[in-house]
Amino acid sequence: MSLLSKKNMVFLKDPLMDNNPISTQVLGICSALAVTVQLQTAIVMSIAVISVISISNVLISLIRNKVPSNIRIIIELAIIASLVILVDQVLKAFLYDISKQLSVFVGLIITNCIVLGRAEAFALQNKPWPSFLDGVGNGLGYSMILIVVAFGRELLGSGTLFGFQVIPDAAYAAGYQNMGLMVLAPGAFILLGLIIWVQRTITGTVAD
Amino acid sequence: MASKPRVTKAYTLGFAAAVTMVCSVLLASAATLLKERQDQNIQLDIKYNILSVLGLAESKDVEAQTIFDLYDNKVKTFVVDTEGNKVNDRKAEDIDPKAEPDLLPVYARQDGEMITAYCIPTQGKALWSTVKGYIALEQDLNTVKGITFYSHGETPGLGGEIDKEWFTAAFKGKTILNKAGEIVSIEIVKGKMRSDEKNPEHKVDGISGATLTTKGLNEFIKSTLEKYEPFFKTCRGGTS
Repeated sequence: MSLLSKKNMVFLKDPLMDNNPISTQVLGICSALAVTVQLQTAIVMSIAVISVISISNVLISLIRNKVPSNIRIIIELAIIASLVILVDQVLKAFLYDISKQLSVFVGLIITNCIVLGRAEAFALQNKPWPSFLDGVGNGLGYSMILIVVAFGRELLGSGTLFGFQVIPDAAYAAGYQNMGLMVLAPGAFILLGLIIWVQRTITGTVAD
Repeated sequence: MASKPRVTKAYTLGFAAAVTMVCSVLLASAATLLKERQDQNIQLDIKYNILSVLGLAESKDVEAQTIFDLYDNKVKTFVVDTEGNKVNDRKAEDIDPKAEPDLLPVYARQDGEMITAYCIPTQGKALWSTVKGYIALEQDLNTVKGITFYSHGETPGLGGEIDKEWFTAAFKGKTILNKAGEIVSIEIVKGKMRSDEKNPEHKVDGISGATLTTKGLNEFIKSTLEKYEPFFKTCRGGTS
């Protein structure tokens, strides 16, 4: 079986749209609210989540036949927590300024339900390679929403993108104001709701 | 599910122990390997912040060594007590403000033999977290040269804005003493300053949505300045 066969690509593509962890399964909402005030933090967070979720999926898939099922959740959490701490340490060593901005949110990847959810629902029953693709796919699906929300929030809330001002001074002079609501959590809820609405209209998904 | 192993208590226990061992060895070695780099980052960040409030560094996009050299050449550090006397046997970098609240580190900018600006650390509780920062004063020990907050856990976009240039830039040129020479500190007002605000030389614009954060800052900045005041008095009086 080729590594990127049709069957395998489904694992990668499905979570991007039809089965998106945030907008369809509504998982990982808390971090989606917390780190999306600015694009830069959202992107670093995305990379961190993609690495944790794909590596944890592979590791858990490798030991799937050895794990005693009565302690499997603790084992999964131990692996995920170790990976998250590792990511946090690496960020502190190599991207110190960004890690300062993300502060506790990197540590909170441990509690991100998507990571544990994929370990339970997929990695425990599948081989390492499909598990890896599933992890990357779900990570990307999560990242996509995060980045779209962060784009909207930073643009409307602060008038900037990646920290650079994009709303011209003339607009402010003419009475334009940044939308304060967007830097607060409710702003993220509203954007997220709109995204879910648009996406479900396109895919035709109906909640059962 | 794939073939399940026959689960005995010993197997479960052994498995848990093995996973724990692997994880802890991995994390311990990562922490040890990366520690030097992380410590260097922290040192670099602290020294860069001191240099930037003293007006010696503009951007962090330079070699780490440049920052360290600049710090070593231009910044003179010493420790004073709350009476204003110099404490000779201590180094400013070693002071732990929590354990020794009465030892006050001073980072002075030296141009030739002259001290042209003073930088002091300040920290205290804001809304969610302990905020740490530096205040620099000009030679007159009245005019603010710069202020920076380098560590905090305030809400990004609201209280978190305290580390942004637009906020800290407003402190420059403000004065901490009133006409009678008493400390009044700098007050961050609620929202924007009104055009008829009294004593605008001691006030800066606030951050909307971050009133509680700035209230914390007001309190601890003032108490820091009051603590250093005896030392400042001796400097202002003499020809230091």
